[in-house]
This record gives sequence, structure tokens and C-alpha cells, in this order.
Amino acid sequence: MEEKIIIAGFGGQGVLSLGQFIAYAAIADGKEVTWLPSYGPEMRGGTSNCSVVVSDEKVASPIIANPDYLIAMNKPSLYKFQNKVKTGGTIIVNSSLIADKVERDDIKVVYLDAGALALQAGNPKTANIVVLGAYIKLSGLFTQELVAKMIQEKFAAKPKVIPANLKALELGTHAV
Amino acid sequence: MKKLMKGNEAIAEAAVRGGCRAFFGYPITPQNEIPEYLSRRMPEVGGVFIQAESEVSAINMVYGAAGAGARAMTSSSSPGISLKQEGISYISGAELPCVIVNIVRAGPGLGGILPAQSDYFQSVKGGGHGDYHMLVFAPESVQEAVDLIYNAFDKADQYRSPVMILGDGMLGQIMEAVEIPPMKDPTTFPKKEWATDGTGVGEGRRIVNSLYIEPDVLEKVNQKLAATYAEMAANETAYEAYKTDDAEVVLTAYGTVARICKSAVNMLRAKGVKAGLLRPITLYPFPSDAIAKVAAEPQVKRFLTVELSMGQMVEDVRLAVNGAKPVDFYGRTGGCVMSPEDVMNVILEKEGK
Amino acid sequence: MATVFKKSKMLTDTKFHYCPGCTHGIAHRLVAEALEELGCEGKTIGIAPVGCSVFAYNYFNCDMQQVAHGRAPAAATGAKRVHPDKVVFAYQGDGDLASIGTAEIVHAAARGENITVIFINNAIYGMTGGQMAPTTLLGQKTTTSQYGRTVPLNGNPIKVCEMLSTLDGPSYIARCSLADPASVLKAKKAIIKGFKNQLEGKGFTLIELLSTCPTNMGLTPLAALDYVKNDMSKIFPLGVFKDIDAIK
Repeated sequence: MEEKIIIAGFGGQGVLSLGQFIAYAAIADGKEVTWLPSYGPEMRGGTSNCSVVVSDEKVASPIIANPDYLIAMNKPSLYKFQNKVKTGGTIIVNSSLIADKVERDDIKVVYLDAGALALQAGNPKTANIVVLGAYIKLSGLFTQELVAKMIQEKFAAKPKVIPANLKALELGTHAV
Repeated sequence: MKKLMKGNEAIAEAAVRGGCRAFFGYPITPQNEIPEYLSRRMPEVGGVFIQAESEVSAINMVYGAAGAGARAMTSSSSPGISLKQEGISYISGAELPCVIVNIVRAGPGLGGILPAQSDYFQSVKGGGHGDYHMLVFAPESVQEAVDLIYNAFDKADQYRSPVMILGDGMLGQIMEAVEIPPMKDPTTFPKKEWATDGTGVGEGRRIVNSLYIEPDVLEKVNQKLAATYAEMAANETAYEAYKTDDAEVVLTAYGTVARICKSAVNMLRAKGVKAGLLRPITLYPFPSDAIAKVAAEPQVKRFLTVELSMGQMVEDVRLAVNGAKPVDFYGRTGGCVMSPEDVMNVILEKEGK
Repeated sequence: MATVFKKSKMLTDTKFHYCPGCTHGIAHRLVAEALEELGCEGKTIGIAPVGCSVFAYNYFNCDMQQVAHGRAPAAATGAKRVHPDKVVFAYQGDGDLASIGTAEIVHAAARGENITVIFINNAIYGMTGGQMAPTTLLGQKTTTSQYGRTVPLNGNPIKVCEMLSTLDGPSYIARCSLADPASVLKAKKAIIKGFKNQLEGKGFTLIELLSTCPTNMGLTPLAALDYVKNDMSKIFPLGVFKDIDAIK
């Protein structure tokens, strides 16, 4: 298998760390992975995105022309990438910030009110983890247990935030 | 145990593991994670880290430290490397070993901060004044960058020459799983009798110098350097031949672009086009013989050199192919990066498909 | 018979290439004697500049590096940081230190880099043939200021000691002259103080030596010494500009 994921949103929405969680999970699962961030001027306040390629074999190109998955956390990101998603691919739309509907019928579109679910999880900053939960459920690449373990490891220095993030992961998984 | 690491940080750690104990640098995007990492790491291993007042100072601090016998390095990105070229020329002239990392960004001028390969010329042709070259390694992945810089200090010591690791913004910023090799034991490094460690007196005193005012003496120095470069060519030339055995269309590319081309090769093969890739791992010395050999294969119809530049390495590919087969070029610049699909489409068009 | 004078063992037997009347020879001797008297034999790294003293590596009996124009403080930094137990000195002229190498000297001083800089100020470029230096006096004619240095065209001469003494890093900064025997003795004391501070880990020291260039000044050696005494030292007053020990 080889799965290409583009994750995009505003700087500060946690899109880069969302991608890193997928990368960490891939390694823990014995897969090959590349995580390539946009590091242009858009890092400061504008849009930010990263490309993640998960594969059973060594990843050749880390550059993605046509992703299998697009995670669009804000409207500009959806419009920038929605037409690049390959036929049969999936877009996860953060409907908390995007009211528009995707007008393509050759792909699967999932609308997720990540902001509301994050609030329900107890921390508005966990919207990216809500989406991560939805993504792992949809892609079926990793188990919730594996990703929950990653979250506990990566937030080991900030144990206070772990419960809300685990809750966010669970809510995201069940929302799709 | 493999660990997910950013290219720049992995390069920095592997440099330390390879014996680097002195780093001098100046901030410039997209290589900042290297000095940032080393400002924390060097004190842990009893090494030296200094943020210099400029790239010019940084490379001359490397000169001083390397001349005094330390395993020294600097890192920068394109405009900073331009500033360092004078120092690199002096380092070459004085036959000092050191490692220089260039995480290339788009130029000319201040250019942009996104990935490019437009520093090929200033890396492999001796970017400063005088007749010099250096070993130039072009890793395609974080793991390869780690493995190359880990041994780069040994190579620098062996040839008493600077060694360059030529990456690009993508290599610096990407995260991949890497295996970091163990710490080398500095007590096993060869003793540098020529180094000005301060103990020299009388007959035993050492001079680090690149000034040779007598023409016949300077010519001999140049001949000696040329002999070193010939030795490098014989021992160090490295490349990867990817599916070239039956290839009719041969791509040539280095660094991260070679990975994009590998994907393109596989996509082309799925469409029935027998494509392959010849990837130089050393850009200097350049694997000309390997390219010439592939060019002589009867089934090879054409070459396509793919670069993030307006066409630099392609000149060396053409010299190596020497007219045996057509060599086309496809490049993107300014920080724009081609996708595997883009490369595939260029070939499909050439093939009339 | 008692020996009343001999060449310092910190100098090699190589004959100086300097012009007749040039004070580089005196400066070299003072540096060598200071190093010898402080027991620095076998524990010294010297950095030679670009300029007339480019061949200094042939004269000092210690490990030497010849480095790029203006970059001696940077190379000295590199050498000192990897050998903090050794004495490291940079020997620079006015073009090297105060023109092309201003960034390096300012930042080495600002870091309090524990090195000693010997700064030869003769108000002119010697090696390249008498061009205007950053320390050339107003009105002074050189091959590139043929009508004499003027403020509107060239600005004022740079006063290195005054400038660097505003920084917190240096432990000792002094300007001396090589124009007469009494001054030479004072200069030697200053140089010894500089190296002593380095040995004691006190940080950056710089000793400026007002010097002659009879060849390019177009003066006899004696007249050149008078020029230093009467003209240069008016613009570049002698004295100690920074001494952390004196402040205490």
C-alpha cells in the first residue's frame, strides 16, 4: 500500500502536528513514511500544509500531486487542494470553519464539526486530534489504540492535556 | 532503532556522531535547525559552537579551528555559501579538512527560501577563486544524508580537503525514519601532525598557509591538489543505477529530485515506457564513466536530466554522454518543485505517447 | 663577555623582508620577546594577516596560520576555542583590521574572545603600494587620495582603540608608538600585559602600535618616525583605553 495525505489549514490549527502524528503512528506500525512541511512565508499566520506519504516500501517521491486524502481545516486550503484529490479519494472538511460543500461526485467527502467536538472533548485546541481520529477510522491504516499510545508518548511532558486529546481522538473516530 | 527526525536535525546529530566538535555558523533559512540543534548538542559533547557575526567569519573560524586540528564544520544556504566561497578557496589552498553543509534555496540574489538545486555550479566547479574542487555528496534522503555526513569528516581528513553535503530545502525540512549510527571514538581518529595545535617550535613548527609567491611552487601545489582530486575520482565516485538495465529512457537527477524521478520511472513503466534513473551520489567527482557506459547501451534512446534549476548538472551529463544520445533537460526553479506526474508527462511527450 | 642583547628565541632565523626603516621588525621583536618572557614557547598559535606582514608566519617561532584578508580574529577564534589552553595572537595591519575586517575585530572584541591582537597602524596600505587606509590622516596624500584625504570624500580616520573600548568584552586596549626608544619600551609593557591577560583568561586584548611606512609615506626612516610622533599621535593619542584591572 501507499497512501498520500495532504493536511492544510491556518498556522496554529495544528496541521503540521496532525501530520506528524500520522508519521509517528506509521513508524510505530512498521511502515515507511515521509512528512514534508510547507515552510514558505505562509508559515507566519497564513495557510500551512504538510504532505505525508505512508507506504509499505521505501517512499520515493515525498511530493504529492494527487493525494488519496485531503484534510482541509480551513476554506482557502479546501479550494487550493480539492481538485487535486485523486478519483476515489477522500476529503475531510472541517465544517466548523467551512460552510461550503465540495462539488465533486467522484470522491468521498466527510464533513466534520471538529471545533464543536473539540469543545466537547474539553479543549478547543484538540480539533486537529478530532480530525486525526476521523482520518484513522476512514483510512483504516492504524488502530485507535496505537494512535492513543502515540498521543500519550508525545504529550508525556504535558500530562494535563492528555485526557482531552484522548477524548478528542475517540470523538473523531466515532463521528465518521 | 529507527527514529522520526527532521533532515536538518538528523544531519546535525550525525555530524556529532561522526566526530565533529566545532561548529561555526550564521542563521539563514532553510538550514536553521542545524545550528539550533548544535547550540544545544555541542556543549554536551565538549564541543565548540559559535554563532558567528557573518558567514564570512563563520568559514574563517572553521579555517582557524580546522587548521588547529579540530573536526570542524559550518552549514548555510545558498547566499551564505556564496559569502563563504572565499574562505572555502583558502581552506582548499591550505589543504584543511572540514565539512560544509549547503541546504540550497532558490536564487539568484536573495531569491526565495524554497528548495532549489541552483548551487550545482558553485558546489562542483570550485565556487571561489583558483583551481580547486571538493568532494560533493548529494543525499536523496535523510538516512543517506546521515550516512554521508557521518563519514564526511573521515574523508575530509583523508584527503585534507573540504567536503560538501549538498541538500536542498526539502531535505532539510522533511521528516523520515532514520537510524543514527553510534558515536565515533575521537581517540581513534588519525593524528594531524600538520595541525597548528600550538606545540610547534623550531623545525617542528607547523604553518597553515595558502600563499605561494613563487610561481613554480604554486604550480606544484596545484598539481598536488589535482592529484588529490584524481584520487577522489578513483575512490569516491558514487551513483545509484535505478532500473537502468533495460531502460530505453534514462533520467538523471540528484538529491530529492531523484526520488521524484524514481516515482516517475515506476509510473512510466506502468504505462509501458522502459524508464530508468541514474542518480549521482557524488556530484564531484561526477560519475561520468557510469553515464557514458549507459549511453553506449544500444537500447538507450535518450536521456532526460531533471533539476530544480535552469540546467546546471545537465552540462556534465552532456559531457559524459558526449553526443552518443540526445540529452534533454527539464527543470523547475524559484522554489517550484515538479511532481512525478510532471516528469512522466515530459517523457511521454518526447516519446510521442 | 656578558651578552647584553640577543634575538628572542620566539623568532626564527629567517631574514625579515620588510623595507629599511619599517617598524614591523620592532613590532615582531616585541611580540616575540613578550611571548618568550611569559614562557609561551611551545604553546602559541599565531595568525598572520594579508598585508605587509603576510609573511609573519616565516618569522615567529611558533605554529602559524596565514589567513584571508581581514579574517584573522575569526581564524584566531576558531583556533583558540579548540585550544583554549594555548596562547593565540592575531597580527594585523590597518587595512586588514580597520577596513575589510571591521566586522571580525568588533565581534571578536564583543565576545571577549580570549586572544591578543597586535594592530599595526601606519596610516597607509603598504603591500599594495601606498593606497589610502581607514586610518589615513586628513590631508594625507596617498596613491588613492592624490589631493589628500578629505572628509566629504573619504570621511574621518577610524580610531580603533576608542571604538573597541566602548565594548564590554575587551579586558585591555592600549595604543602605543614605535617612534622612539622610550615608546618602544612602553609598547613592550603593553604587549606583555595583553598576553598576560590572555594567560589569566581575562578576555580580549588589543595593542595598537603606531608605525611607519617610509617607503609609501615617501619619507626617510627618521622623517617617518617624526611623522608618527608629531602628526599621527595627535589624531591617535597614546594611552590605555580599557583596562579591567584599573577599574577595580
